Amino acid sequence: MSSNPSSPNILREENASYSRNTLGYIHQAAERGIYDIRGLGAKRKIPSFDDLVFLTASASRYPLEGYREKCVTKTVLGSRCAERPLELETPITIAGMSFGSISANVKEAIGRAATEVGTSTTTGDGGMTPEERQSSKTLVYQCLPSRYGFNPDHLRQADAIEMVLGQGAKPGGGGMLLGLKVSPRVAEMRTLPEGIDQRSACRHPDWTGPDDLAIKIGELREITDWKVPIYIKLGATRVKDDVKLAVKAGADVVVVDGMQGGTAATQQVFIEHTGIPTLPAVRLAVEALEEMNVVGQVQLIVSGGIRNGADVAKALALGADAVAIGQGVLMALGCNSPTWTGDGERFDATADYEKLGTQVGFCHHCQSGLCPVGITTQDKELEKRLDPAWGARRLKNYLQVLSMELTTIARACGKSNVHHLEREDLVALTVEAAAMAKLPLAGTDWIPGVNS
Amino acid sequence: MCGIVGLLVKTDPLRERLGELMVPMFSCMAARGSDSGGCAFFTKAEDSSRRRFSLYVSDRQYSWQKMLDAYDAEFGVMNDSPREFQTLENHAVLISGEDPIAISCWLDQCEPKVHLMSVGRSMDVYKDAGDPVEISQRFRFAEATGTHCVGHTRMATESAVTPVHSHPYTAGEDFCLVHNGSLSNPYMLRRSLEREGIRFETDNDTEAACRFLEWRIREGDNLSTALKAAFTELDGFYTLLMATGDQICLVRDAFACKPAVVVETDEYVAISSEYRSLAHLPGVTDANIFEPKPEEIYSWRV
Amino acid sequence: MAGVNQTVQLDLAKQSVREVNHYLHELGDESLQHVEILHPDGNHSIAAGLDAEAKIDIRGHAGYFIAGMNSRAEVTIHGNVGWSVAENIMSGSVRVKGNASQCVAASGHGGLVIIEGDASSRCGISMKGVDIVVGGSVGHVSGFMAQAGRMVICGDAEAGLGDSIYEAVIYVAGKIRGLGADAREEPMTENDVAEVAELLETAQLKGDPLQFKRVASARTLYHWNSDAEQEY
Repeated sequence: MSSNPSSPNILREENASYSRNTLGYIHQAAERGIYDIRGLGAKRKIPSFDDLVFLTASASRYPLEGYREKCVTKTVLGSRCAERPLELETPITIAGMSFGSISANVKEAIGRAATEVGTSTTTGDGGMTPEERQSSKTLVYQCLPSRYGFNPDHLRQADAIEMVLGQGAKPGGGGMLLGLKVSPRVAEMRTLPEGIDQRSACRHPDWTGPDDLAIKIGELREITDWKVPIYIKLGATRVKDDVKLAVKAGADVVVVDGMQGGTAATQQVFIEHTGIPTLPAVRLAVEALEEMNVVGQVQLIVSGGIRNGADVAKALALGADAVAIGQGVLMALGCNSPTWTGDGERFDATADYEKLGTQVGFCHHCQSGLCPVGITTQDKELEKRLDPAWGARRLKNYLQVLSMELTTIARACGKSNVHHLEREDLVALTVEAAAMAKLPLAGTDWIPGVNS
Repeated sequence: MCGIVGLLVKTDPLRERLGELMVPMFSCMAARGSDSGGCAFFTKAEDSSRRRFSLYVSDRQYSWQKMLDAYDAEFGVMNDSPREFQTLENHAVLISGEDPIAISCWLDQCEPKVHLMSVGRSMDVYKDAGDPVEISQRFRFAEATGTHCVGHTRMATESAVTPVHSHPYTAGEDFCLVHNGSLSNPYMLRRSLEREGIRFETDNDTEAACRFLEWRIREGDNLSTALKAAFTELDGFYTLLMATGDQICLVRDAFACKPAVVVETDEYVAISSEYRSLAHLPGVTDANIFEPKPEEIYSWRV
Repeated sequence: MAGVNQTVQLDLAKQSVREVNHYLHELGDESLQHVEILHPDGNHSIAAGLDAEAKIDIRGHAGYFIAGMNSRAEVTIHGNVGWSVAENIMSGSVRVKGNASQCVAASGHGGLVIIEGDASSRCGISMKGVDIVVGGSVGHVSGFMAQAGRMVICGDAEAGLGDSIYEAVIYVAGKIRGLGADAREEPMTENDVAEVAELLETAQLKGDPLQFKRVASARTLYHWNSDAEQEY
């Protein structure tokens, strides 16, 4: 009641601890008795590549011309042991996403775009689909704790193998696919009953610990006759120890996925409260490789919140050999877009967002299987909303822009090869970012924790 | 993560070959961990008034003779129990009737470069950072004789690679422990043990397990009771192999996710993380080969 | 390459596992090829990734991942094996005359795996259609997250049997020391008895099908459900 004479105004004092989000969470938990599950990655603001800037050309450094002077982007991955390392045209690769979490049309669109751009795609927690193998020239095959659909014929068809220990969204947790998305085809590929809520294992079934992982990697090499590179993918937690262990276990390439990394479904509590941001993760991974003296022999791929060409350039400057993009790829295909396109015509999807209880720009409902733009769905009608040819063009455009931005920055730093970007090209805008990336705070020589 | 090996021999001819039989086991397990390695050997016990002290320096140019001269100056000569001293590169064994605490204090204060690896009537401990195969050659493991030995090759997980971080860890006298796995609550264990007055040398999770047992034994438990307490208090994955003056003892945690294989004949018991390191042992193809069950205590006496 | 009816002998005391496996991977589609592998001595990944109509005999104790991802071949190990024998097997058969360590046939999709002795913990973990027959007993948490396929255990099963089991079915003749989450004993039907009899016969192991108990999923964990007392 606002008409109490002794307090005429309603005081609205924000409660930072018990914000409206928190109130909503508690009310929902009390009503449903089950935790909240959603897609995408960590949403809250954390130190990131946005807090770094490049020191481009000046009186002391000379830039290269944008349109006439070359800037090489070729990237080799897996040179340590494999007979056939991957040779990509760009350091921008596509991260693992399962058929099941996304539709077959999306897999095909991604494959086509990647082939055109000259980069690799990666399977996910559902195994390899013919759509992806046929459309993607370079395909990395994941070996996950669940082993859904894992088989040696696909292993032998792969261009590289990625042994997944965890991902940034949920390090220590396994995959998840809710019943609506466990369609007949998905169920068959994963050897599960249709329509159940799938929860993957979080540990591999046939080995535990890096010493026994080394033996498992030996088996994978034996089965593929030592031909293809083997990656080890980690969610970013104890990054330095983990990267060293990955090297000791025999990895040709290490993939480190920071806290901003996405998923199609996991517990909200996992996404926001586990793992460290990509920014310190890159630095720790590089230090681990330097301390083990394998820089140049074991390559590093970084993922988790890589959005634009500047992010790619910063990852490379910090010492990564390549990046992997997941969420950005789906957004290029229309995630959180108000419309979907069919036969050249645009259709309004806003009503479908509302049906999910969300809005354009806020949607994270990949877990529902009711993606308004037909991406993270197995529904026969909804998946038609993503036409593979249209999607391939959109994704190719996005990857092209990333590449152009990357080379623009590299040239401005005077580099004729994007892999010549180095950490001394960067400074930090905040004390946290400076400490996490071990870079000087802009305008000073100060690296918190390193010098005084 | 690591490799563990253990060998207990029951006949005199095999006691002469203890090291010769153990070295192939140890070298093979270097594949599981090549950051560092170590081994504890047990021989005939000294007289109850005397002790064996294993000493280590990381400085390869260190002069043992100078240290020995300083020791003689400090402690003088005990005619009824003269000291013995053997060196092997950067490792030495001192056998003395002096009070172990006095020797330990003297080393702390006067010889800071020297690290006291172990004290016991029958145990010698050798360990170092670096390639386990090279370590076994440098310290001539193949020539060792005795009743039993316990060894370890290390793949460091969370703590640093230094000689002191290597296994075996020792506690009290004639007790050592090696570990394959990763404890998930080592820091809280450490803090509670420090409150009990237990001193730590490293931040290694294995040391937390070793000091926990040290504490329980100090409080009056025998090894078996101490291990039963460990099953409750220690969390994570662990295969623990321990040795005392006259026995070796093997346990695995409830999940038993880290490997262990036992080969048993009338003449010996051999333990390893992987069978292939035992394939060379005499009579192995007809031996009783088994894996220890989780949370059960296996022990063998000489 | 050996002709039909000839046995090729490979000796791991003289060749590396990589060389032996490379030879095995080159075996073509002629049937009745027979390869004997001597001195396995606990080595890992022997005969991994086979895809041929061949008969392989491994003479001695072998290490981890033996016959991993096997397709079509018939592999016999005359000794014990380490972890994960026949992991991810697609078809064909793998027989262990001695005992097996952990994770027998982990994530296996098809074919038949026979352990004449005992198997250690996690036997049949994540199985996806393979049939497993164990002449002895199995260790704890066997059949963990078993999705499809059948497992016949002539001896006892330790605690946690069939934890989080999906549609696989486990048959046990001996004692069951504990069932895992969502696993329950169900009455044996005539069909169950017939299937056990058939599996025992194919495995050439003795057992009375009528003595077996059936363990399968109660299916209470298939959907998120606040009333189902799920812990995760």
